[in-house]
Amino acid sequence: MKTVMMYPRESGHAGVRNRIAVISTVACANHVAELIAKASPLADAYTHPYGCDQLGDDLKLSFECLRKMGSHPNNGACLVVGLGCEEIDAKELCAAIAKERKLCSYLIIQEEGGTSASVEKGAAVLKEYEDALSAQVRVALPLSELTIGLECGGSDFTSGLAANPALGELSSRLAKEGCRIVFGETAELMGAEGVLEKLCVKRSDYEWICERIRHVEKAARDMKVDLRGTQPSPGNIRGGLTTIEEKSLGAVCKIGSEPVRAVLNFAETAAEPGVSFMDTPGNDLACSLGLAASGAQILFFTTGRGTPMGFAACPVIKLTGNHETARRMAENIDADLSGIIENKMSIEQGGALLYELLLETAEGKETAAEKLGHREFSLYRISPILT
Amino acid sequence: MKNTLVLTGTDNVAIALEQLFEGDAAAVYTHAGTMSDSLTVYGNIPRGHKIALKEILAGEPVLKYGFPIGLASKDIHRGEYVHVHNLESQRGRGDLQ
Repeated sequence: MKTVMMYPRESGHAGVRNRIAVISTVACANHVAELIAKASPLADAYTHPYGCDQLGDDLKLSFECLRKMGSHPNNGACLVVGLGCEEIDAKELCAAIAKERKLCSYLIIQEEGGTSASVEKGAAVLKEYEDALSAQVRVALPLSELTIGLECGGSDFTSGLAANPALGELSSRLAKEGCRIVFGETAELMGAEGVLEKLCVKRSDYEWICERIRHVEKAARDMKVDLRGTQPSPGNIRGGLTTIEEKSLGAVCKIGSEPVRAVLNFAETAAEPGVSFMDTPGNDLACSLGLAASGAQILFFTTGRGTPMGFAACPVIKLTGNHETARRMAENIDADLSGIIENKMSIEQGGALLYELLLETAEGKETAAEKLGHREFSLYRISPILT
Repeated sequence: MKNTLVLTGTDNVAIALEQLFEGDAAAVYTHAGTMSDSLTVYGNIPRGHKIALKEILAGEPVLKYGFPIGLASKDIHRGEYVHVHNLESQRGRGDLQ
């Protein structure tokens, strides 16, 4: 059984990082959360424009996503920063996170007395957490503790020829080891239903995915928009992808021939070993959130055109099959798989390279995005702002 | 000869692995590395974009990865550049309602 040096957690799977999440409950608390997070190199601020004027399922989902971030395997401690009058209640969120993370507390800006007092209090809490986390060590834990998220952004013709097929190889290897692998981007499966029909183990899962794809199509029709204005994107089109069908058939290569064993709603925890499909937007930041909320400790992100984006809760391993992008945006790329297109590397070799990179990253090697401080975050809204 | 790549035996387009110019001779390779075809290029085709391997009439499916990726919106000749000017998606077409 393959083991990897990771951080054991009191609840849930192991972490590949040991960080402090400073979670803003609402737009008004964002800047304070950012200032507090600056107090420790181990801290990341989770900020977003929402938290207030939210209702029903949209509010529940935002709360759940923030809860999942606070108790994420990669976070050893959490400080919730609230304003005091918003719908996402800081005390309630902290209590929910504390069920899985002893090191969790909250502060309310209105109670502390404004920005400076809150930052001073928050910084002091972070110092305590930093001391506690620095004393924690990695131990050898099974590779099967890992959930891996697979995502693509800035796709071009190389995505379906090199980078995604290499991920497909990796998926098979990790599935054999008992890991969970999650992919999403529902709109970007439009046209690939034929492939999914063969790969889904349960017919009901295949039908569920098809319904989710039709839902996106219906939304486009109801808005009387031609989806071709955005899927594929202008960059995808310059990069050789003409239609969403073509893009989707390239995108689905990221699970190779590995069966799809389960389906997940947005931000649901992945439980089944092997590949699961999660209903997520194609939007990169929203997809990253969904995958991280599934429990994914590491995200693999294929890009043709290049994107620097990371994610607050996880190391994001960036790979490309486009040698121009690997050269021009070298500082943002972790793996160059363009050799597959030039026939210098097989898809199997590409998969093996990614497997080694996964192990190194899991044991602490920083990704390009981490080195450059890319810690992007946002919530995903399912209702418009009504009030 | 310039290189192009065809993904499956049923595909009617190949991918240009380098910039193709009008009049170029293009070799079509499979993933296994065997040359399955050669053809003359009509039009300039950027690296990564598609070249038709057969004549495709307007309304017929363009096939890549063994599956349809849309329908030809004009008649397409063998060796011609295939992209947004002559290939249309059939999905998410709110404009057709």
